[in-house]
Amino acid sequence: MTGKEYRTITDVKGPLVFLNKTEPVAFGEIVTLRLSNGTIKNGQVLDTSDDMVIVQVFEGTAKIDRQAGVTFMGDVFKLPVSEDLVGRILDGAGRPRDGGPEIVADEKADIIGAAINPYSRQSPNDFIQTGVSAIDLCTSLVRGQKLPIFSASGLPHNDIALQIARQAKLKDSDEDFIVVFCAMGITAEEYNFFRSDLERTGALENAVLFVNLADDPAVERIITPRLALTAAEYLAFEKDYHVLVIYTDMTNYCDALRQIGAAREEVPGRRGYPGYMYTDLAMLYERAGIVKGKKGSITQFPILTMPGDDITHPIPDLSGYITEGQIVISRELHQQGIYPPINVLPSLSRLMGSCIGEKTTREDHKSVSDQMYAAYAQGRELRGLVAIVGEDALNERDKQLLDFSGVFEDKFLRQTRDEDRSIEETLDLCWTLMSSIDTKYLVRLDQKWIDKYHPDNKA
Amino acid sequence: MSNEGLIYRISGPVVTATGMSAAMYDVVRVGHEGLMGEVIELHGDKAVIQVYEDTSGIRPGEPVLNTQETLSVSLGPGLLTQIYDGIQRPLPTLEKEMGVFITRGVDADAFDLEKIWTFEPQVAAGDEVVAGQVIGHVQETETIIHKIMVPPTMGGKVKSIESGDFNVTQTVCVLEDGTEMQMMQKWPVRTPRPFQQKYAPDTPLITGMRILDFLFPLAKGGAAGIPGPFGSGKTVTQQSLAKYSDAQLVVYIGCGERGNEMTEVLDEFPHLIDPNTGKPLMERTVMIANTSNMPVAAREASVYTGITIAEYFRDMGYDVALMADSTSRWAEAMREISSRLEEMPGEEGYPAYLSSRIAEFYERAGRVETLNGDDGSVTVIGAVSPPGGDISEPVSQGTLRIVKVFWGLDAGLARQRHFPAINWLNSYSLYPQSLDQWFRDNISQDFPEVRTQISGLLQIESELQEIVQLVGSDALPTDQQLTLEVARMIREFFLQQNGFHDVDAYCDIHLQYRMAKAIMSFQDAAKSAMASGAQLNDVVNVPSRSDLMRGRFEKGYIDVIESMVETMTAEIAATVEDN
Repeated sequence: MTGKEYRTITDVKGPLVFLNKTEPVAFGEIVTLRLSNGTIKNGQVLDTSDDMVIVQVFEGTAKIDRQAGVTFMGDVFKLPVSEDLVGRILDGAGRPRDGGPEIVADEKADIIGAAINPYSRQSPNDFIQTGVSAIDLCTSLVRGQKLPIFSASGLPHNDIALQIARQAKLKDSDEDFIVVFCAMGITAEEYNFFRSDLERTGALENAVLFVNLADDPAVERIITPRLALTAAEYLAFEKDYHVLVIYTDMTNYCDALRQIGAAREEVPGRRGYPGYMYTDLAMLYERAGIVKGKKGSITQFPILTMPGDDITHPIPDLSGYITEGQIVISRELHQQGIYPPINVLPSLSRLMGSCIGEKTTREDHKSVSDQMYAAYAQGRELRGLVAIVGEDALNERDKQLLDFSGVFEDKFLRQTRDEDRSIEETLDLCWTLMSSIDTKYLVRLDQKWIDKYHPDNKA
Repeated sequence: MSNEGLIYRISGPVVTATGMSAAMYDVVRVGHEGLMGEVIELHGDKAVIQVYEDTSGIRPGEPVLNTQETLSVSLGPGLLTQIYDGIQRPLPTLEKEMGVFITRGVDADAFDLEKIWTFEPQVAAGDEVVAGQVIGHVQETETIIHKIMVPPTMGGKVKSIESGDFNVTQTVCVLEDGTEMQMMQKWPVRTPRPFQQKYAPDTPLITGMRILDFLFPLAKGGAAGIPGPFGSGKTVTQQSLAKYSDAQLVVYIGCGERGNEMTEVLDEFPHLIDPNTGKPLMERTVMIANTSNMPVAAREASVYTGITIAEYFRDMGYDVALMADSTSRWAEAMREISSRLEEMPGEEGYPAYLSSRIAEFYERAGRVETLNGDDGSVTVIGAVSPPGGDISEPVSQGTLRIVKVFWGLDAGLARQRHFPAINWLNSYSLYPQSLDQWFRDNISQDFPEVRTQISGLLQIESELQEIVQLVGSDALPTDQQLTLEVARMIREFFLQQNGFHDVDAYCDIHLQYRMAKAIMSFQDAAKSAMASGAQLNDVVNVPSRSDLMRGRFEKGYIDVIESMVETMTAEIAATVEDN
């Protein structure tokens, strides 16, 4: 089928090219466009009929005119995959960006990816220790989970993501993750930050980077995460690696989706984003997991910046409906100089229940986590009251809780960027901090754990 | 025109075919791989088809074959314990056929057609049988007798009837006019199964969740909507209902939700015991799992597949409960397909027919007199996932207009770790009037009055809280402080329920009533003690009250609760003498 070049472009609009009178072209087929100045661009078929074909051009439609030659490649978009991917840096369309050779393919994998049969999934229940107390205690991460970071511009989400990538490991195991890093529309500066950090720690040898920067074509961002996930699936389910996929920034991805929707004159949904954005995001997020009979796993850490710090914005909102929880970064804590500024109150890990406890972390984990959360939540609430009635009006219990909320932020949340706390250290720290509260107010702690772990009762 | 046409256009899940005779909702096979699709629009000689599988790689000019049947489900022994995708393909079979990833073009029977079932005839040769009549029994699982019924379009005099072991495609009954009947029948999913008449619901669906049964009861045959933002516990609530409600059969539709969560259900259910029968829950359950990344057209079909199966069991005279999690994903599937059809959109891009589709779906719930004169019901409980938790959006509004029970989940409560996070101030049920007689007859004569007292206290609390926010609780008179204390007891002891706790997850309706009475006893005892000079602090802190409150986590609580209440009232009365 390949080889025949058509010069039948009728319209060019935004990232889309319209052609008529072609051969029967497959839906999703890959297209190359040869411009009159010799430039080659790539695209994909979005709509096909006997009369008309609509092609979405990844590199943008600049300089395309009606004389451009269009060749249909006879196949859908595939990524050459092999273990050689590990340690490589590729661009947003899967071409080497590090000056290295082309990837020699073991096989070519369809980047759209098929849905995992829900019956074939295995329930995730291996606790991942990130070394970050707030995450390990309150929003425990599980191998095979998708847990996004809801952040906003100006907040240190990149540092947190990198710290997690560096420190994440199964408890009592040195087995490392392969990191698949997918950059969508981030700045060169941010990219350099990621890259130099990965290089500095030697993690780059165990990573695959797919990079689409802010000045790369926006439409390319639609395929970048799909390439990254295809690589991740190959490494996890064919080569038995445990893969951690970090993608940043989902907001840029969604904006690219909106751009294409607008060019196709689709009926927009909320805030101009396409109505199918939920399904589209699900096609990415749902590629996390563990499947029966395969050793590897895919854990996802999408980062998204909430426009205007608004958690009800369609991007965080739809993500929250698909992902298994969220880690919320707080501007308020950041401005108080606390790192990592994780607000545990709206943060959540849906799979936490299956991965904590006696067998995996420690028997008192659930109890301690509930108590820390409750005491901090009440302390935070009291801050509002104190602003009105003054601290003197508080009773003894409330005073202790109010003080605790400060200690929680200063001693529990705060840690350095290279501080790797084991879960035992985190739990012991919690007990030390909670001992500032009279035990009779610690109603969520089981008496047997108080007897065993409370500093007053420890010899 | 013939049954065969050619593909003219492909746009995502929407394919247009030409040169084929087609009627609306005909099922067609698309392309060389024979992907399953359904005709949803006709323009001249062009038929617009929604395809239930991924369409990448399909080209114009490939063949389309019209099967001339409408989208139907297979109904018969073998349905129970199954796990289907949105178009009734069993997921375990798909795994066998194509591995862990769902590829396409694979057909699978809804259940094992070769499996042998023991058919016990319930009619004899010479009997006159009508549509819907039960002609035989099959013990499908330990708890459920699968009743083989005359399909709704047939009837006549029985010429011969078999007894013994057959598979579902063998003929078990022949009528005088030559009609042969098998144990399996088919029914188009978009057509409600017929019945004689709808009754007013008069029996509650007991769910074992205190806030639902006691404050906002749902009737068997009723419809309820559960809207809530993400993280507020919709799925956990739905799963608790699937586990513990006293329906005889449960159809659970995971419609466009998370894969890992579905897996949790699939892992967990086979190990769970039904508190009402003591048998594994799976034996009364049919599951449909069409996760968010599975084809969107199949998601659209999944709720119809589910409710048709539910109606089929209803027709046998069973009480069936159907959970759809989440109807918003179903609505989004409609929106996506509608936008591909370039239809004129209504609100927020949803098709203009959204609310009528929602209404039609919920109208398939109901308690009915079946064709054979039995009494059966389908109760529908739909989760709604409003964007940003704002229920002014079209799916929530379309749902609220039709359902009679609204269980409003609240992100604030979930953040306070108050579960189930159902807001008691804005939730409602319109059934109490029709159900109160049942509660009076079966639980206690004063049940409705106790409910009114409890909900009244919660209402007063919310008003008092506004004052407390301003001046602190110490500034209130002691009787109002007591009211706050009683309301706190209602919230923490009664409304909160741990869905993961062995004992607390399911609360017997009789126990619910006694717990509510215990709270009222506390209030009465405290009031009279304080009238005689007791201090609020002493009254509130009697040790027997915390014993009473903790008791709900222990087995056998129902046997001891009354004596615990007596101890508590005695201790409270004693606080008067201390002063």
